[in-house]
Amino acid sequence: MWDWSYAASILPRLLSALQATFIATAWGFALACTLGLVLAVLSRSRFVLVRLTVDGISEFIRRTPLLVQIFFLFYSIPLLTGISVPALTTGIIGLGLHYSTYMSQVYRSGIEGIDNGQWEAAKALNFTPVRTWSAIILPQAIPPILPIMGNYLIVMFKETPLLAAITVVELLTTAKNINARDWRPFEPYTIVGVLFLVISLIVAFLVGWLENRMKQRYTR
Amino acid sequence: MDTATKEEPAFTGSVSKPHQGKPAASAVPVVSYRDVKKSYGDLEVLHGIDLDIAAGEKVALIGPSGSGKTTLGRMLMTLEEPTSGVIEVEGEPLWQMERNGKLVRANEHHLHRMRSKIGMVFQHFNLFPHMKVLRNVTEAPRKVLGLDKEEAHDRAVEMLRKVGLEDKLDVYPSKLSGGQKQRVAIARALVMRPKIMVFDEVTSALDPELVGEVLAVIKEIAEEGEMAMMLITHEMDFARDVADRVIFGADGRIVESGPPQELFGQPKSDRLKSFLSRFV
Repeated sequence: MWDWSYAASILPRLLSALQATFIATAWGFALACTLGLVLAVLSRSRFVLVRLTVDGISEFIRRTPLLVQIFFLFYSIPLLTGISVPALTTGIIGLGLHYSTYMSQVYRSGIEGIDNGQWEAAKALNFTPVRTWSAIILPQAIPPILPIMGNYLIVMFKETPLLAAITVVELLTTAKNINARDWRPFEPYTIVGVLFLVISLIVAFLVGWLENRMKQRYTR
Repeated sequence: MDTATKEEPAFTGSVSKPHQGKPAASAVPVVSYRDVKKSYGDLEVLHGIDLDIAAGEKVALIGPSGSGKTTLGRMLMTLEEPTSGVIEVEGEPLWQMERNGKLVRANEHHLHRMRSKIGMVFQHFNLFPHMKVLRNVTEAPRKVLGLDKEEAHDRAVEMLRKVGLEDKLDVYPSKLSGGQKQRVAIARALVMRPKIMVFDEVTSALDPELVGEVLAVIKEIAEEGEMAMMLITHEMDFARDVADRVIFGADGRIVESGPPQELFGQPKSDRLKSFLSRFV
């Protein structure tokens, strides 16, 4: 059944396929963090119309499957705009957009955890809204939510095989290609599973460490 | 509202329409409430307050909880908007601004400009927990007033020395006692050099043994003079000691006001008499 030498022979190819997986995860996560912050801040806007629009968009994205969104982006962006975007880029946009709506909820929980007195003190000291966010609110809101953000990083990492559906050659696609060539499904898919497990565990460990550090803040 | 826009002179450097021509000298009160009302839904908590505070004047606001004292201070700090009426700061409406000869609701820019004259110290300190003591005091001078690093530092240290905390520059607020936290908060507000400072029940959240040190600091600042103070307080001895004038409010109205000796010595209204009797 399990052939160690065969497994060893396909390992380099699978490891190099990890590169696309990492790129999709990293950029998708960066996009989700940035866009999520924008959504979170806008959803607290003074203007009702802005709040409703932002919340409507978030709701829509969250209530439809990521796979459908990725397909939609892949086939519709070129049709609608006439620009052909590489599959990996489309995948990053899809992942980032989808998870930004979850990330905005995470930011929101962090922001709502800030005592109202902080906003009032910032106003009393005449900070502008931008300064209030950047100097007072976010530096307090983000550290406690870093562990949750880390967990979303793991979730996104595990969702990258969805990009196989739009021809991105990442880990799963590579395993599929190996299977198509050699007719041996056991080793490649097992290795893919193990790779996901090992990397997730490492990140989870780092997240746990971060969580501990965050608990010790400001008491130095 | 004034609609005589045609005769309006070209930009005079001031938009204080109601007091046009008058210099912003000591004759103009630093703060002036005119028929200021505040409602929450159907509940009116302030029924038309008229109150002037002269430049440098120390006014104590006393009265039972729920009398609206804190709301009065919060409206001045622009934390709550009056339902009607006008609050003027140095002769200029706080919550309204002039546009095309009409007074309209103030925008953020106007409020930002007006706020530079007002400071506030809160009951619950509201220090920034992610910044050390020194940074709590330098942050606003740097980011709001645009001072350079050394100047902000010097000003902050001066203020922290004034409140007796120059040895705590490098610690986080979580390491301080309540009294020390409140003194940092006072330094943080003072460093902005406001024309009037609202002290909103600043000792109410403190353990009894820590009240004295905070009141002593405020008294010292009051004796320095120039800055007007609105002292919202339950400390009667302190009000008598520091205030030029005491105002007793109840149920959203000013019931009695006058110099401390008068108000505490010969209270006129039954309301004030019964209120004061609880402090003997």
